[in-house]
Parts: sequence; C-alpha cells; structure tokens
Amino acid sequence: MAKANGNGQPAVIVEDLHKSFGELEVLRGVSLTAHEGDVVSIIGASGSGKSTLLRCINFLESPTRGRITVTGEEVAVKTGHDGNLHPSDRRQLERIRTRLGMVFQSFNLWPHMTVLGNVIEVPVHVLKVPKAEAIERAEKLLQKVGLHEKKDQYPAFLSGGQQQRAAIARALAMEPKVMLFDEPTSALDPELVGEVLKVIRDLADEGRTMILVTHEMAFAREVSSHVMFLYKGLVEEEGPPAQVFGSPKSERFRQFVKNIK
Amino acid sequence: MPTKAGSLELLSQWGGNLLVGALSTIQISLWAYAFGLCLGLLGAVGKLNGGRVARGILDGYTTIVRSVPELVLIVILYYAGTDTLNRVLAHFGFDAVRISGFMAAVFVLAFVQGAYSTEVLRGAIQAIPIGQIEAARAFGMAPVLRFRRIILPAMLPYAIPGLANLWLNVTKDSALVAVVGYSELALATRQAAGGTKAYFLFYVVAAGIYLTISIVSLFFFGRLERRFRRGQHKAR
Repeated sequence: MAKANGNGQPAVIVEDLHKSFGELEVLRGVSLTAHEGDVVSIIGASGSGKSTLLRCINFLESPTRGRITVTGEEVAVKTGHDGNLHPSDRRQLERIRTRLGMVFQSFNLWPHMTVLGNVIEVPVHVLKVPKAEAIERAEKLLQKVGLHEKKDQYPAFLSGGQQQRAAIARALAMEPKVMLFDEPTSALDPELVGEVLKVIRDLADEGRTMILVTHEMAFAREVSSHVMFLYKGLVEEEGPPAQVFGSPKSERFRQFVKNIK
Repeated sequence: MPTKAGSLELLSQWGGNLLVGALSTIQISLWAYAFGLCLGLLGAVGKLNGGRVARGILDGYTTIVRSVPELVLIVILYYAGTDTLNRVLAHFGFDAVRISGFMAAVFVLAFVQGAYSTEVLRGAIQAIPIGQIEAARAFGMAPVLRFRRIILPAMLPYAIPGLANLWLNVTKDSALVAVVGYSELALATRQAAGGTKAYFLFYVVAAGIYLTISIVSLFFFGRLERRFRRGQHKAR
C-alpha cells in the first residue's frame, strides 16, 4: 500500500548536495525533501552515491557543497582545509543529530553494553531522560521490535536480524523526527531480512518520517511515498512509486530494475 | 659477620627490611603506573587526533623512550631532571631543592611507562570497529561523552593484556631506581645479601616476592579482562 505524499512540514531538506572524495565526484547536485510522514526510498547501483547522500544528512560525511535543513534548522557550516563543508557549531550539529535516528548496514551496536544498555544510552546520557523513565520506554520499544526477552543479552550473542532490530529500537529511543536507514538489510542472511523489513514496515504504517537507502525494490515500492533513483551522483528518476515503477521515463532505471530481478 | 647463622635466623633479622622494600616497590610501581597511564591516554588521544606538531612531539617521545635502555634513561632523567629543575628554580631566585628519591623514581618510571602506554592504548583505540564510534557521533554524543561512554570501555578488552604486561614491567623496572639510590626491594635485597653473605637465600626470597606480586596482579588483571570481555564471544 503506497501512501500519499506527506503534506506536513518539511522534516529534511537537502539542497544541491555535492560530495567529492578527492578526484571522485560521488554526488553532483542532489536535492531531496522529506515532509513529515514521508517515506523516501533512495535506490541505485552501488557507487551511485546513495549511502553518501544519507550520511551527508547527519554530517557523518562532510559535503563539498550544498545545504542541509532539519526540521526548519539549517546546519551551520564553514569550509575546511580539505575543501569540504564542516559543521561550524558542534553543539548545534549534536542537537540536530538527536532528531535523526540512524540505522546502519552493519548495526554498529555498542558491544560492551547489553541490548537494554544500548537502547537507553542516548536518552540517559545525551537527552538527560531520568534512567527509570528511559528503561520503561526502552522496554516498550524492545517489545515492539520483538526483542524484550533478549534485553539483558550482549549484542554479540544475537543473530544479525535481532541485532538490527535492537539497533532500530536504539534509534527510536531518541524519539527522532526522522529515521535514516542505510541499507538496513544488506548485511543480513536472506532468511533474516523479513523480520527487519516487518519492523520498518510497521514504522511506515505509523506515519513515521523515514529516509531509506535500500536494495529491496519490492519493499521500496510497497512502503514509500517517494522513490528516488540515483545514477552516478545525480537523480535519474523520482516520484511516487506507482509512477516510478509503473511508467519509468529513464532507460537506465528500467535496466536497473530488470537486472535486480 | 654472622655467616654461620641459620636461614631462619637471617630471615627474621633481615626479612623486615625486605618487606619494607617490597612495599616501597609496590608503592613506586602503583604511582608510576597510574601517572604512566594518564600520560599514555593523553599520548594516544594526541597521536590519533592531534595536529602535526603534537603528533611529531609524541612520535619523538615514544620512539626515544622505547629505544634507549631504561637503566640509561633513568640515570639521565634523574640527573638531568633534578639539574634542570634546580636551574629553573635558581633562575627565578629560589634555592636548589633536593628531589626526594621517591618522587624522582615515580616521575622517571611514569615517563617511561607513558611511552609504552601511549602505544598500547593507541593500538587498542584503533582496534575498535569504526562503526561503533560513528554510531555515537550519529546519535549526537559530544566528544568527551563519546570517549568516556564508548571508546574507553570498547578499547579495554584490546588494551588490558598489554596494560597487564606494562604493570609487570614497572614492578621490575622499579628495581632500576636503585641506581639513583632509592631503596626498594632490589636494593634491600642487595644490602641484606651483602651484609650476611647469604646471597642465594635473599635473592631467592626476593625472586619469590616479585613472583608473588606478579601472580596476585595477574589474578586481578584476569578478572578485569573477563569483566570487560563479557560482551564478546570466547575464542576457541
């Protein structure tokens, strides 16, 4: 069930984003707007710049040019020695980052903390939520992703799918305005992909604002309000999934979809 | 010289000195280790995040300290250190001071330990998978919080074996401060042995004391390591 384009306030605005790694120009002017309630899927071949685009939104990568605005607040930047844009106000960036719940391809849970410890870490130490309250909320989130009985385990003792669900709970615990997913199922064994997609689908159904980099075409088509196909650092095709998948204008996109199947 | 006296009698006469020496060995080692760790932490962070100048200075520090024999370093640092301090004091019109043997021993050993700790901790920090630190950044953790909550505990499993080695080293290196006249276990042993000619007896006892210190320490390091590895699979 594809959702209508969200009509709330813009949650994330990316304007004319460029990113070079040395000589290599990975992004060559990409813009993106995610309104509240939108689910934006970014698809494309590896090397098309889709992960870089997502990682520029929370400045895990420093863009070379462009503007990022999150819930109406533009990230303040200055040009660094390397020619890239670096945050000029660390505290502002940290504040903005807490509104962006990131889920990584390789989970990146903190191995020295239990699952519960991972989920309450940011609420307690960054957002200053009282510990008892954070634990209560964390337990609800773990129930929601189906991991409550694993809350006292360490991440290394969980399956990949369980780790990724824990990582989603950790991101949700910040009560972010937007969830960012960076190929959340790419590191999983095929039989574990479904359980993670189910959790993400539930979040989409709740009306969460999400930006999702994925290789799962069918899933992108099903949950997105907006699909964006990147080719060599530029937007090649975009629009509502029915239109993009139903009657694509771009020959490259048709080829890409054909090759994936 | 009571050369004919029995071993027990000798021990009851000199054992106290040896124990006082052992205590002083442990004291010097603990302080030197603690200061060395602080130096090492600063050194590791400086090497990883510092500018070119800071990195250059730290590279020089770790290279020189780890290349020159500790005995030589200790003598140089002790005499050069007190001499420099007194020159500085004289320059500002103060009287020369005599540095206490204890302070000098701790300072010198900590300086040496700091170089080794820098490398152990730098290696351990670099062993942390980058994604874990990236996750902390992505969730808005400030650098100090990130270091305290994520980097420090995540690196400890990689650092503890090396840090245990350094502790055992400092307990033995502390014997070297005897050359600058500070009495600890090694010097107390030499005095006892020289005074009684019972060399074998006292050196065996001293070796036993060093061994005991090591075994007790290893027990604690083992527990520490198990504690910080509790989130990891056991290697088979």
